[in-house]
Formats: sequence, structure tokens, C-alpha cells
Amino acid sequence: MAQEQAASCNTGMLSLRRRAAAVLAGLVLAALAAFVWSLSAGALPVSFDDLLTALSGTEGGMEADIIRSLRLPRAVAAFACGGLLALAGALMQVLLRNPLADPYVLGISGGAAVGALGAILAGAVAGWIDAGAFIGALGATLLVFGLAHGDGSWTQTRLLLTGVIVAAGCGAAVALMLSLAPEGRVKGMLFWLMGDASGATRPWPALALLAVGLAAALPFARELNLLTRGEVTARALGVRVGRLRGLVYGLGSLLTAVAVTTVGSVGFIGLIVPHLVRLAIGNDQRLLLPAATLAGGVLLCAADTAARTAVAPIQLPVGVLTALIGVPVFLFLLARHPR
Amino acid sequence: MKMDARPHVLAAERLTVQVGRREVCRELDFTLQAGDTLVILGRNGAGKTTLLHTLAGLRDAARGAVLLSGQPYAGWPRGHEACLRGLLAQSQPDFFSATVLETALVGRHPYLGRWDWEGPDDEAIALAALTQMGLESFATRQVPTLSGGERQRLAIATLLVQQPRLYLLDEPLAHLDLHHQVAVLDHFRGLAASGAGVVMVLHDINLTARYASHVLLLNGEGGHVIGPAAEVLTTGRLSAAFGHPLRAIADGEHTLFVPV
Repeated sequence: MAQEQAASCNTGMLSLRRRAAAVLAGLVLAALAAFVWSLSAGALPVSFDDLLTALSGTEGGMEADIIRSLRLPRAVAAFACGGLLALAGALMQVLLRNPLADPYVLGISGGAAVGALGAILAGAVAGWIDAGAFIGALGATLLVFGLAHGDGSWTQTRLLLTGVIVAAGCGAAVALMLSLAPEGRVKGMLFWLMGDASGATRPWPALALLAVGLAAALPFARELNLLTRGEVTARALGVRVGRLRGLVYGLGSLLTAVAVTTVGSVGFIGLIVPHLVRLAIGNDQRLLLPAATLAGGVLLCAADTAARTAVAPIQLPVGVLTALIGVPVFLFLLARHPR
Repeated sequence: MKMDARPHVLAAERLTVQVGRREVCRELDFTLQAGDTLVILGRNGAGKTTLLHTLAGLRDAARGAVLLSGQPYAGWPRGHEACLRGLLAQSQPDFFSATVLETALVGRHPYLGRWDWEGPDDEAIALAALTQMGLESFATRQVPTLSGGERQRLAIATLLVQQPRLYLLDEPLAHLDLHHQVAVLDHFRGLAASGAGVVMVLHDINLTARYASHVLLLNGEGGHVIGPAAEVLTTGRLSAAFGHPLRAIADGEHTLFVPV
């Protein structure tokens, strides 16, 4: 009897891992499909064969030029930032032990918005807007960390509340800058706020950071699993909780800062993607982190392609599209899982 | 406690534990040997959990030393202490869903390398522990669907999966029905008989009298009494420690303590 029980459970765990492997493989295929769609769709449709030629060759031609210098950087930026946000969201949810946390909950997007809009208001060009966003994001991170950590305690509630308050302050600063800005700059500001990948001409740092970030998080994945069972239990099992939390906080903040710098504050990817993946393959961080990363990339890449082709020639900000998809999906999940 | 040839599992040397400026215990000395079961008794807020966490090496002592198998915690290679001592925490938060088997497998963490996955041997150990706690048919259930008592048994099973030599239990009987209270205490008695050391915080004086070899009674103001169970468990000491008069009723075989 016990033997049978053991056998059936073994296969249970095995089938779970097989399912996870299948999900990961499926996500890799979905990523390829999203890239093909993103590179071939648009005002100038490109066939699959022409796409391969344009990507492999170096010869000119308008088609190849559009794909290599416009669509490819944009698709890579969207994929990388979707992955960054989903990975950061999954990490923040473990750090704050709150399934409703997202990468922006600690005020990172607010800080980035203040930095970026300040740069736009000052008349800065693209590179400096990115720099302003990055500095603002890191500034907000340090501010929240410093305030919440002031007395040496590390409670989630304190961190969350500090983040919410800093984000509210940033929101007020953003509103102030929007009301002071000259007419001509408001549209650029609004697009930045809603999240927009059209200006992403240098996507490779984000993609590189995505790879580095995932590689840095995976060795700690089992310890992150333990952290979800409570701090005392994790410490009793040998996890250096303080160091692990510092790592997760720093890594999550850096990933989010780079994503926000590259495509603006795109909402909901960091919140709903880890949830969807958790429903599909469970909460083992060793599988959840890579799967969420891939799924986030696929989702943002596809959403960005839809945003620029759905009502062409008008380009929608991709953040609006992800929110339009994200809100109903999230409410549906919340209704199904009241916890 | 008496000296004999059994190996020392845990020792406290002039151990003073403080919460803020308040003393939980002052100059506590004891040696726990393989086979001993020490029960910590005291009123709410006396500092039982704080002391247990100090004994687990999760908290620094104000003064004095805690020795695990003869060495201070700092003397063990990092992570190795988790193979020697296990702690049952007072609460088991579950912010995220997981299956019962996945949760029990968490106890294998100290034995796995950074990139290792739990193998069939680990699963066999986890299933054996679930069976010992009567949870064998729950393996694939989601933890949030369990009752309070079932979750407590799962937490104990997870601790058993860890297979330490020293078990530190913070209110192991919380949420358990009468049958499972006795079953759990019997199980730890068996582990002690096979060479483990057990320290637990309990609230039931009569179960303490039945299962403890030694008792540590905290008075909540830094004072304590420690010794063989029969010597510490007297109506006078218990009444003083709990601030409530108690009466002993003996039937020749057992002595029962009842509140007046």
C-alpha cells in the first residue's frame, strides 16, 4: 500500500517536472513565433523567406534596412524588458511575501518617471532621458531602502508602506511637471509614462542584463522557495536570509530600472505574468523564474507588435495595451483565487 | 543533569537571553544528552520562543554560550548546523500555494547542493515522514486546503524530513486533536530513545509530566528552575510560575495537576 502510494507520488512529481519542461519548451517556441511576427508585421509586410534573407545577409534594400534597424531593436527591447519586468516581479513577490507585489511597488517606476520627465522638461534628447530615468529609478530604490531599513529591521510591511509613500510622492511630482510643461513636450511625456518601445534603439544592454539577472537568480532559486515558507523556517534550514533578501532587492531593482529606462513604465507584466506561470507550473522558483522570464518577454513582444499594427498608422503606447489585457486577466485570477 | 557517557547534543553555559532590556533567563546552565527530552514551561510572554530561537542559533545570546554537539554554532561549517538541529517554528505562513509533498521536501534543503534537485531518495524520506504523521494520502493536496491540525502535522513531517539529531519544537501540539497530540509526543519519545535530543515548549503540564525527562520552568523575570521532571513539577513551583494555584491529584501511578 505504502509502496503503491510512493510509486504514484513519484510519477506525480515526475509528471510535474515533465510538464514544466514542456511549458519551458513551449515558451521558447512562443518566443520565436513572437519575434517572427514582430519582425514581419507592419506597414511593410515581409514574408518569412525575405525575413531570413534580411537577417542573415548584409546587403541593403529598404526591407532589410527596416527590419535590421527598426523592427529588430524594437522587438528585442520589448522581449528583454518584458522578461526583466516579469523576473523582477517574481522576485519582488517572494521578497515581500505578497503575491500582489509588482516591480513598481517599491517606487521604482515613480522615481524613473520623475527622472525622465525632468529630463524631457529640461529639453534633453533621448540618451539623457534614459539617463534621467535610470538615475531616478535607482534614487527611488535607495530612498525606499534607506527609509525602510533605517532602524535595521526588515519587515515587509514597512518596506511596502515606504514604497507606496515614495511612489505617491513621485506621482505628485510627475503631475506637477506635466502641468508646468510646455504644450509641445506633454505628448512625449505622456507616451513615456504609458510605456513605449518605439524609441528603443539600444536594446542590447537590456537583453544582456536579462541573461545576467536570470543567471544570478537561478542559483538561489531553492533558497527563495524556502523564503516563501517563512523566515524562521528558512533560517533554521540554513538560508542566510538577510543576504538573500539584499540580493533579491538589489537585483529586482536593477532589472526594473533598466526595463523602465528602456521602454518606460509598462504596467501589469511584472504582476500578472508570474501569476499566470504559477498557475500553470506551480511555485517552484527553479522553474518559475525562467518560465516567467520567457513568458514576460513573449507577452510584451507580442503586445508591442499589436500596439504598432492594430490601428496603424497610429501607434498605441504598449503600456496601455498591456493594462487593457492585464486588468481583466488579473481580476479573473483574483476572483478565482481569493487568497 | 547527571553526567554519563551519552553524547552531548546541546548545552547552555551561563546563558543569559534578553529581549530589549528584559531578561528571559539568567545564567542558565544545562547539558542535553542523547535520549533526553527537555520541556520549557512558562507563562505567556515569558520568552520561551526567544530562548528556543537562541538555542537554535538564530539569535545571539546576551551573555554565555550555546553549544551544539559540543561546538558553538559559529564553529560549524555554514549550513552544516541545519543537518544537526531542526526547529519547528510556531507558525507556518503560506503566502504561496504548494503541494504537501513539495512542502515536506523543503526539509531536504541542507543536504542538497546549490544546483541539486530532490531525487527519488529524498522523495522516499519525505513520503515516510508524511506517513508517520498520517498524511500519506495528502501528498498531492495543496497546503491551503488543509486544516490547521493537518498543517501542523505537515510542519512536523517537514522537520522529520530534515533528520537532525536535535529537535527544537515550539508548541508542537498547537491545533492538534487529542489523538494526534499523544501520537506526536510518542513519535518524539521514540526519536529520543534512538539517540536524538528533544527540547520543546509545551503548555500542557500533565503531558509534560508524562513525556519530559527534564523541565525548565521560566518565571518570566529572568529566574528559572531546571532539573529532572519529577523534581521541578511541584504544585508550589508551578503555581508560582504560572501565577495561578494548582492542585496535584495522585492515583498512585500518575500525578495530575489541575488548576484550582
